[in-house]
Amino acid sequence: MAITTAGRGTEARAAGRWRGKLSAARELPLLPIFILVPFAFAALFAELIAPYDPTMPIPGAKFFMPPYWMEGGSPDALLGTDFQSRDILSRLIFGARVSLLVGIMGTVVAGSLGTALGILSGYLGGWVDQVIMRVTDAWLALPALVFAIFLATLLGPSMWNIVTILGLVYWTRYARVIRGEVLSLREREYVKLAEIAGASSLRVIMRHILPNVLNTTMVLASLTIGVVIIAEASLSFLGVGVPPPEPAWGLMLSEARSTLMAGKWWLTVFPGVCILLVVLATQLFGDWMRIRLDPQQRNL
Amino acid sequence: MRQFIFRRTCYSIVTLFILSLTIFAVVRLTGDPALLMTEPGARPEDLARVRALWGLDRPWPIQYAHFLLNILTGDLGTSFNYRMPVSELYFERLPNSLQLALSATLLSFLIGVPAGLLSAVRVNGAWDNIGKVVALTGLAVPGFWLGLVLILVFSVWLAWLPTGGKGDWRNLIMPSIALGWYFAASLLRLTRSSMLEVMRSEYIKLARLKGLPGYVVIAMHGFKNALVPVLTLAGVNLVVMVNAAVIVEVIFAWPGIGRLLYEGIFQRDFPLVQGVVILAGCMIVLVNLFIDILYAYIDPRIRLTK
Amino acid sequence: MTTPYLEVRDLQTHFTTFGGSRVVKAVDGISFSLREGETLGLVGESGCGKTTTCLSIVGLLPPAARIAGGEIRLAGEDLTKKSPREMRRIRGRKIAMILQDPMASLNPLFNIYTQVSEPAYYHLGIRRQSLRRRVEDLLRSVRIPSPAMRMRNYPHQMSGGMRQRIVGAIALAGGPKLIIADEPTTNLDVTIQAQYLDLLKDIQQETGVAIIFVTHNLGIVAKMCDRMAVMYAGKIVECGSVRDLFGAPSHPYTKALLGSMAKLGSKEPLFAIPGQPPDLANLPPGCAFHPRCAEATQHCSEHEPKIVPCGQDWTAKCWLAHPKESLRHDHARA
Repeated sequence: MAITTAGRGTEARAAGRWRGKLSAARELPLLPIFILVPFAFAALFAELIAPYDPTMPIPGAKFFMPPYWMEGGSPDALLGTDFQSRDILSRLIFGARVSLLVGIMGTVVAGSLGTALGILSGYLGGWVDQVIMRVTDAWLALPALVFAIFLATLLGPSMWNIVTILGLVYWTRYARVIRGEVLSLREREYVKLAEIAGASSLRVIMRHILPNVLNTTMVLASLTIGVVIIAEASLSFLGVGVPPPEPAWGLMLSEARSTLMAGKWWLTVFPGVCILLVVLATQLFGDWMRIRLDPQQRNL
Repeated sequence: MRQFIFRRTCYSIVTLFILSLTIFAVVRLTGDPALLMTEPGARPEDLARVRALWGLDRPWPIQYAHFLLNILTGDLGTSFNYRMPVSELYFERLPNSLQLALSATLLSFLIGVPAGLLSAVRVNGAWDNIGKVVALTGLAVPGFWLGLVLILVFSVWLAWLPTGGKGDWRNLIMPSIALGWYFAASLLRLTRSSMLEVMRSEYIKLARLKGLPGYVVIAMHGFKNALVPVLTLAGVNLVVMVNAAVIVEVIFAWPGIGRLLYEGIFQRDFPLVQGVVILAGCMIVLVNLFIDILYAYIDPRIRLTK
Repeated sequence: MTTPYLEVRDLQTHFTTFGGSRVVKAVDGISFSLREGETLGLVGESGCGKTTTCLSIVGLLPPAARIAGGEIRLAGEDLTKKSPREMRRIRGRKIAMILQDPMASLNPLFNIYTQVSEPAYYHLGIRRQSLRRRVEDLLRSVRIPSPAMRMRNYPHQMSGGMRQRIVGAIALAGGPKLIIADEPTTNLDVTIQAQYLDLLKDIQQETGVAIIFVTHNLGIVAKMCDRMAVMYAGKIVECGSVRDLFGAPSHPYTKALLGSMAKLGSKEPLFAIPGQPPDLANLPPGCAFHPRCAEATQHCSEHEPKIVPCGQDWTAKCWLAHPKESLRHDHARA
């Protein structure tokens, strides 16, 4: 949207220019893009960028080497090495792949499951609605992490199991919001017209309901992806997530715990900063999406 | 009012029922519960005994009846590791978790609520901008990583605070911060939005029209109303913290329920894990019920909308 | 003739939007006055600046709005020159305001006693037993049955009509000489509306308070008011005694409003004035009403009329009310 300014004085015009710049900056979420692009790049091309194999020790390197700018560090391992003398930087780069993949896939699973069930619940109503909503309530009652831990102990650690688990834990929020949206959509004229014209339920859902709730799903997804990434890191940290020797950030933090008391800070700080940056960026991105796609500014 | 309590209670019972059904189904869908309920490497006669005890050789509906009956009579199985009933272990750890959760809640209240209030009173002012940054980082910094960094700074480098375990008030500081951090940020957000909404209301307009001093309008007419959703969140969050502070309790070696759950995972002590999950679910549903009824008493609007 | 208690002279209240690039003149140079014990009806369609006028008087304009000119004299003192602190002492004590929505204007978490007593507590310094007695008296004066018991109740325990009477009691609590009632009955049932209006009239007779009655319901004006001011697009287009204006309105807009008054048993729509109220940010040239005016001439679309007297204490802002010469000149052209 272009803001036309009808300022008379130079002051007003200057203010208008400033606002113009500001709105241009708001068009694109620069900070999140600035953060996310390198991480996405690292995740996609980890093999090309990473100096070493993340699961194997650097030949001839010592354990617990500090970052190269500290005493005892070497430019061979820019961010130091861990307890198996593996390269931290390479592990972080491959870890981005795990985090983003699990974060995105978990969100996709949760989002599609939640949206589908939300639409069914809202559109079909009746006992289907009752069942789905009662299950949603019950599943929301369990703390996400406790529920995820429970499922993880049953399914065992693997990356795809984690995706399934996070999908199962987080679909409920989508279902609830989408159902509410569908209930109001059903009252719209064009949906009623389509129904009167004899369109099948499936057709009405695909043509009229789904396209209209997708915005909400996208906003919710962009806001939850950070939560999912933290959940994955938590599960990996507790040893029920991504199994070693896979380089997941949460796992790296877990492995760093035993050496924390010895002051080997780089093992703890670097993976944490990576999580922080990615989650922060997704949060900012989510806020931007919400402003763009949800003009009513609901509290999703 | 009575009707509201009745309706709300029925609702909670249904929720608990579905919760138990979920846990029952998930366990049976993913493997053989008998193997889970016996120690790794159990003898065949042990397996048979467990099967008989939980009725695992019978059809599913009867199995479920068994399962439900056991829960209702308070029998959640026996921990392999502790050789004790799970419910006993849970309630033994409960005070510790409660202590930590209360302390974290208090801390996040002291930070989140005044900060949210300041942000709301001076929208887009300096405080509001600081508040926005705090809210954002609060949601992005994982609590457990914060815990690790706190240990690094205050225990390892500065040697001011103990790294973990239960002891005097100094043992509580870092876990409370790590646990309360996220909640402080969400309290800030909620206080701000709730306060902004209240300050736009007609009764605040009337309070101003009465010519009341600014602090009376904000602190009494505004804040008291804004506090209703904030307290609701605090209540719900407290009980979640009691049951789900797994990582913080692990990092700080805090002997609470979260750590019990972790021990369960670590030692492949399935009855312990399942028992803690069931008890946590029950407790949360019941506390939610209690809070809803309580607030229906305080604020009649809740009764009318639900 | 006594000096007026409230005198608004050439009041201009402007809204500034988009950081100063657009100015909306919500109230554009209005003047009126009010004697003690008198009731003025402020009439017009929604969005014509009625509420902004009221908020200007009590000094509670939204942040985007400011008084750009004119003066508001209350008992001789100019309110536009007062500091926020001084205005706070005037609100509730000298001027009270009754808001539209009785459901929303009481605080749900405070009991009636607290809410009614506050103005007396903060403005008049009344405490404890005498405060209790005063609240009881106030509730009795707005016809709340068993006030000693009722004041322990909370708003949700009362009906809409009763709540609106409580709001009335709050307005009276600081002993004001002017009450501004901003459409106080729009959200009430018709029977309760009538009761409430009777009550306001009784209170006025007992206390001698002056009332500004903001409404778009001319029936209420006829019943309640001594004088009326008709607002259109931020300006007062006609002002005079209710009898004069109802008898022989000078301004076509007043005529149209009167013509659109709901008559009992009539099937005509309530507001039969063609067209929409104008956008204040984009007013038509000349007289702002001319696009909707049945009697508009070429002259009206080009020149804005001035306020001219058309009787004893009666003014109108219309070319039709101007001396005949200018009009004839115009007709000749048309």
